[in-house]
Amino acid sequence: MMDWLPVPQDFRGNLRLALESADSLERLAALAQHRLSFVETIQLNRAVENLGTETDGKIPTIRLAILASATVDQLVPSIRVAGLRRRLLFDLHVGPYGQYRQQLFQPESSLQRFDPQVVVLSLSARELTAAVPVNAAADEADGAIRRYIDGLRFLWQRARETLGSTVIQQTFLNVTDPLFGSYDRLAGGAPSRLVAGLNEHVAEAAREDGILLLDVARASERDGIDAWFDVTRWLQAKMEIAPQAAPLYGDLLARVIAAQRGLSKKCLVLDLDNTLWGGVIGDDGLEGIVLGEGTATGEAHLALQRYAGQLRDRGVVLAVCSRNEPAVVEAAFRDHPEMFLKRSDFAAFVANWDDKAANLQRIARQLNIGIDSLVFVDDNPAERARIRESLPMVAVPELPPDPAHYVRCLADAGYFEAAAFTAEDSQRAEQYSANASRDTFLESSQTMDEFLKGLEMSVNFGPFQKVDLARIAQLIGKTNQFNPTTRRHSLDAVARFVAADGSLTLQFRLVDRFGDNGLVSAMILLPDPQAPGVMEIDTWVMSCRVFGRQLEREIMNIAVEAARQMDVSGFRADYIPSQKNDVVSGLYPSLGFRVEQEAESQNGSTTWVLHLSEYCPQPTYISRRPGAA
Amino acid sequence: MSDHEIVSKMTEILRDLLSDDSIVLTMETRREEVPGWDSFAYVNFIVAVESQFGVKFKVAEVESFENVGAIARRISTICAAR
Repeated sequence: MMDWLPVPQDFRGNLRLALESADSLERLAALAQHRLSFVETIQLNRAVENLGTETDGKIPTIRLAILASATVDQLVPSIRVAGLRRRLLFDLHVGPYGQYRQQLFQPESSLQRFDPQVVVLSLSARELTAAVPVNAAADEADGAIRRYIDGLRFLWQRARETLGSTVIQQTFLNVTDPLFGSYDRLAGGAPSRLVAGLNEHVAEAAREDGILLLDVARASERDGIDAWFDVTRWLQAKMEIAPQAAPLYGDLLARVIAAQRGLSKKCLVLDLDNTLWGGVIGDDGLEGIVLGEGTATGEAHLALQRYAGQLRDRGVVLAVCSRNEPAVVEAAFRDHPEMFLKRSDFAAFVANWDDKAANLQRIARQLNIGIDSLVFVDDNPAERARIRESLPMVAVPELPPDPAHYVRCLADAGYFEAAAFTAEDSQRAEQYSANASRDTFLESSQTMDEFLKGLEMSVNFGPFQKVDLARIAQLIGKTNQFNPTTRRHSLDAVARFVAADGSLTLQFRLVDRFGDNGLVSAMILLPDPQAPGVMEIDTWVMSCRVFGRQLEREIMNIAVEAARQMDVSGFRADYIPSQKNDVVSGLYPSLGFRVEQEAESQNGSTTWVLHLSEYCPQPTYISRRPGAA
Repeated sequence: MSDHEIVSKMTEILRDLLSDDSIVLTMETRREEVPGWDSFAYVNFIVAVESQFGVKFKVAEVESFENVGAIARRISTICAAR
């Protein structure tokens, strides 16, 4: 399990060094990037716990509650370590054994006091399988499954409404034993059929209700149920998940939470020689590389290309980083008959003899994404070690020696975990290639004004539309750069803002002559309860794809006009610095806001105000197409 | 592997699990004599020992080991039978 992580060298020694260091948390986070045993995970977790308040503010903290119908204490260290692997600190609350309903429904429960941001429901299918007789007819069994799911939905609703939490429902491990044999799938009340039905229906309900899943059932199919369930631990301590599966469980859970917060990786950077094809093209020539149908090795490399292509189709950005003559590899993508990926599938393409660390930084800059959004896939252990050393924030999977296993390794690592899949995601690759055309156009333009004018931009705008809420929630959840407050709002919360009295929501879609950039910005304005006539910009997010296009100015023009129609006299807005939002540190003064409150000591935030009567519309080259964006 | 070697390996495991380098196990040590070695830490300990020595204890054994020596002797017996 977790073979994509490198094995730590001298774990004990490094743990001691980390604790003695002035920078313990960073060093412990670096240790978390390794393949740790269950005992090492416990040690690392304790070291983090012992840091206590030293960790305050350095890494974002998330209050996470686990409500379970079996023992889950064995999972806690692994969840924390997996969080640290993604630079998240989990403050954990484990509900009393089996008391998840009481925890949710009693008004003064320890759960309510804990006020979780995320609630995980980790339930065993035993409640259902125990209640349905094995000789039940299919419709009777299916009715029981439906009732069970209805009960779950009630719990979800409760958690969302009273706690305001994001809810993650764990799928159900199938620990049942065969009863009818292969006929189990056909027998109404067969326990394994009940669990399969439960997982099928829980997924449907989660999709309808906008609940996230933690799919341990799928993981146990991958690893085998014996890797996940150890009957001795069940009998000994009522653990449905074996302690040895805990490190992977923690990672799977942290992936889902990180995905929802926009911390999944965004870009897959691929080496070429012996990675995307077999052999070295500079030595072996176009005809000499091993790729494609006909040889087992050629098919293995082709499989990686296909997988990368599928990732591209679901919104992952592809890039090349290779030590090669650019003309030689360009020709390979153009002329090799078995090449599955096309040159145009890559949003960034760097082939040269420079240091790969410098090239990865170049790729991140070119795509305008954080260097910590990159995954770097290279068959060469020395290159991998070099990147881990110089750019620890880049994910570098420990590829197995056999190319046959490259895809599985990359897939197992779960770098690109999704919390939603929207139309924007499936168009992302096209949008990046349109960006490349814009860049070419920019280079050919004499001045910035000429470029912006020549883009022929127009903005569609209007209040949040129901059909776009998922995309808006995703944008709010994932945007780290153009996000002055970094406030995260769940889908439910966004929907509530739309309906809230006196609120103003605005969504924006930017189109230009090179294509539709999609829904790229959203703004939530709420009436300030303390100051009548004033609205607070609670949230304003914009995709980094459209930075530098004057869109923020046009948005402010539109927001001011809309607010004037609601008899609003002023805006108030906070800028709360984060590690990633420096790009908007000067946003409000540039739009004519005046500072109301200078940086406080606590988080360095500043408050800005704008009197709408004094606002002069900002000139832009963006025309308007009102109506639903 | 001698009983002594087994007990010293088990000492290392328990020190790691409880982050306490002062722990010294002997054949006679009982769980309640070691601060922090509660039933939850015992589950972790058994899992780690099983994985370290490549053995699997029966449920009844896990339930009834009376001291460290009983665990060590059981590991010896399983390893000798291989």
